[in-house]
Amino acid sequence: MGAYVIKRLLQFIPTIFFITLIMFILLNILPGSAAYLALDQRKAPDPELIAQLEKEWGLDKPLPVRYLNYIKGLAVGDLGKSFLRKENVSQLLADRIWPTFKLALASIAIAVFIGVPLGFISAIRHGTPLDTLSMVGAVSGISVPQFWLGLLLMFFLSVKIRIFPTSGYGEGSIMNLILPALSLGVGYMALIARTTRAAVLDVLTMDFIRTARSKGLSELQVNSRHVLQNTMILVLTTIGLQFGSLIGSTVVIEKLFSWPGIGSLLVDSIYQRDIPVTQGCILLIILTFLIVNLVVDLLYAVIDPRIKYQ
Amino acid sequence: MKKNLLILLSLFLISLFAYTNAWAVREGGSFVFCAPYGGDVFSLDMHRTGNTQDYIVGLNIHRSLYKWDASQNKPVPELATEIKTTDGGQTYIVTLRKNIKFHNGRGMTADDIIYSYNRIMNPKTASSATAYVKPIKGAADVQAGKATAISGLSKIDDYTLKIEMENPTELGYLLYKIETAIIPKEEVVSKGERFGSAPVGCGPFKFSKWVKGSEIVLEKFDDYYEEGRPYLDKLVYKIMPEGSARDMSFRAKELDANLLGGAQYQVYQKDPELSGNMVEVAEMYTRLVGFNMNYKPFTDKRVRQAFNYALNSELIIKKLLKNKAFRATSFLPSTSPAFNPKLAPYEYNVEKAKKLMAEAGYADGFDLEIIGTNSQSYGVRVIEAIIPFLKKINIRVKPQQLEGGMLSQRLIKGDYQAFIWSLESGPDPLVALNRFDSKTLPSAGNYVAYSNPEFDKYLDLARKTGNQTQKLVYLTKADAFLHADAPLWFFNYNKAIIAYQPWVHGIKPVAIEMMLQDFTNLWLDETSPRANVK
Repeated sequence: MGAYVIKRLLQFIPTIFFITLIMFILLNILPGSAAYLALDQRKAPDPELIAQLEKEWGLDKPLPVRYLNYIKGLAVGDLGKSFLRKENVSQLLADRIWPTFKLALASIAIAVFIGVPLGFISAIRHGTPLDTLSMVGAVSGISVPQFWLGLLLMFFLSVKIRIFPTSGYGEGSIMNLILPALSLGVGYMALIARTTRAAVLDVLTMDFIRTARSKGLSELQVNSRHVLQNTMILVLTTIGLQFGSLIGSTVVIEKLFSWPGIGSLLVDSIYQRDIPVTQGCILLIILTFLIVNLVVDLLYAVIDPRIKYQ
Repeated sequence: MKKNLLILLSLFLISLFAYTNAWAVREGGSFVFCAPYGGDVFSLDMHRTGNTQDYIVGLNIHRSLYKWDASQNKPVPELATEIKTTDGGQTYIVTLRKNIKFHNGRGMTADDIIYSYNRIMNPKTASSATAYVKPIKGAADVQAGKATAISGLSKIDDYTLKIEMENPTELGYLLYKIETAIIPKEEVVSKGERFGSAPVGCGPFKFSKWVKGSEIVLEKFDDYYEEGRPYLDKLVYKIMPEGSARDMSFRAKELDANLLGGAQYQVYQKDPELSGNMVEVAEMYTRLVGFNMNYKPFTDKRVRQAFNYALNSELIIKKLLKNKAFRATSFLPSTSPAFNPKLAPYEYNVEKAKKLMAEAGYADGFDLEIIGTNSQSYGVRVIEAIIPFLKKINIRVKPQQLEGGMLSQRLIKGDYQAFIWSLESGPDPLVALNRFDSKTLPSAGNYVAYSNPEFDKYLDLARKTGNQTQKLVYLTKADAFLHADAPLWFFNYNKAIIAYQPWVHGIKPVAIEMMLQDFTNLWLDETSPRANVK
């Protein structure tokens, strides 16, 4: 197991190297000067100032030199300095990671704690009105755009009935977390509910379920011991994959709710062409994705004793 | 007798009303405003940021030598009791107020002004405010690394300063900018790069807290030099780039004031509860289509004029921009001191446009690519709306959407036929029109590569005269000349609107940029849900 983890961690290095190369080239060959974009373009520009800024940010050096500097920094954990915020990118990311992580965790919690039971019950009560109703709900959940759902929730729960604040971080208050987490979590909840339902339906047709029933186990025992455990692999894979993409999709919700996370930092840096920050955010999202996938793979072994890593 | 008594009684009531109104000004409370542009606030070190969002917040922490007076629509001395010039703007003697303190408790002196301006020009600072300090004698040498201190700045005593200019200049139009804020050296030195996230200024509010990406909190500065100001105890800026989210917050009464977009403006106007509490102004930004003067058809003035005549600008403003704009006459906006109200905008006259096109030898028209961004008010969306109008005079338009950075690069290189954009057109009309001086390069903002000796002549006369009234006369003429010569399609001036809650008193129509609201004199009455929040 330990050797497997080390092997997987080592595989991260070429992946990250490859991605940074592509990312660096794409971000740096984009036409348009970051220095011009940093200033109000409606004002008449000062060409000397533009030159000064480009020098300060190292944009006057050739691309290969810049990449080499970037990689050298990366090797010692230095992600560079933000053009506009004058702060170290690693510090900026450190400030923003917890809000995003909290939001993603809350959304996944909503998705799992509602989605899994919903899908399970739908499958057990397969074909009943309850099944139809929950699946209609699930399809609607997947289809609703997060942005619009966020606005609807704001309108009803903040403007009409003033339960939650409309936006902001509110010093980490749970009241501020609920609306963005719901807006983000509903879609994933629906997806997890549908996946769980399909997995349970599949497992229910297996021979070992018939065997379990024929040896006299109660329905509760069959469901909890055999069905649930066997569906968890598929459900866990879905959760793992979704968690990675969830970090990426916080972009929209963070912007809408003025949530101070990685998503809003990424969007701002892209618009302002703050290249070091954009690179840092993308790198962080990729790392999260890789780590979550590794953790999911390791969890397989815990859930299913047949899986062993060597 | 009875009549006299009645008059006396009414006079008494009026004065009583006026008195109670004055008395009604209430101290205390927390005001929640928004920072609505683009994204986050980047830095509160005003010398080192080019982000308007940062100025919105910084304006209430920092102070510059002058400030913008929204009611007079011009800059007025702020940190000085008197700023005198005896030679038409070549030399200024500044007498500073003696009771100004920085938020760290130290009193401000002439040394702080000299330090701040030198810091702006220092190439290591790479300050976005260089353009405003550069007209001071010797400032350009500091920027070029040829000198270490600006020679035109000399301290007479702790509270008196002499400023010598390279050429006669109106100092107020340069040094009212919050980018030229006066800051304490010791704080900059001790904090280094952190100064931008924990600033110290001498404005009415001191910095308290910053949740990056979400909100900034400022607190009343008790030692502010204006007696009894500010009224507010606390000022909160919520970073809210999404118009619809701001609208929700405003309706939920979480925001005390909100900058409106086109869609909300229409809805708010129709709502009797909201429509009464709105302030609007023609901002000093002119939205236009610039013609590349090197593109063959545009070398003929008649073609450029025909373009202006062919477009029903009023209709486009009404239907597409939902009336959230003022029709432009020429380049200078209606809030500019050199604006000529007698000059009429180009009328919508297709026949005249066709005639001009025929006279210029373009009866069959030509193909035209217009580049622009995705801006809702001055982007490709507008170009799509003008296609059918221009088709009538056989100009076949192809819009091309670009990202902001790409657009500016192509404008500087002159690599385009026409572009749509918004350009700063104030507050100093001379600086605004200088963009079109033949000596101004495209890289310095003369994107259309405009060059006309007659236009330059008016600008030169305006520069040389020491008389302010005469200067405005020349600039009005220059603007009228530009109007007739039509290197641009003069589309509109932005109409900026702030909606505020009924308990808010003191939102002003700030023409330089509506969001640059100085909250020194703003107060909240007791109906505010945050009337007693400290």
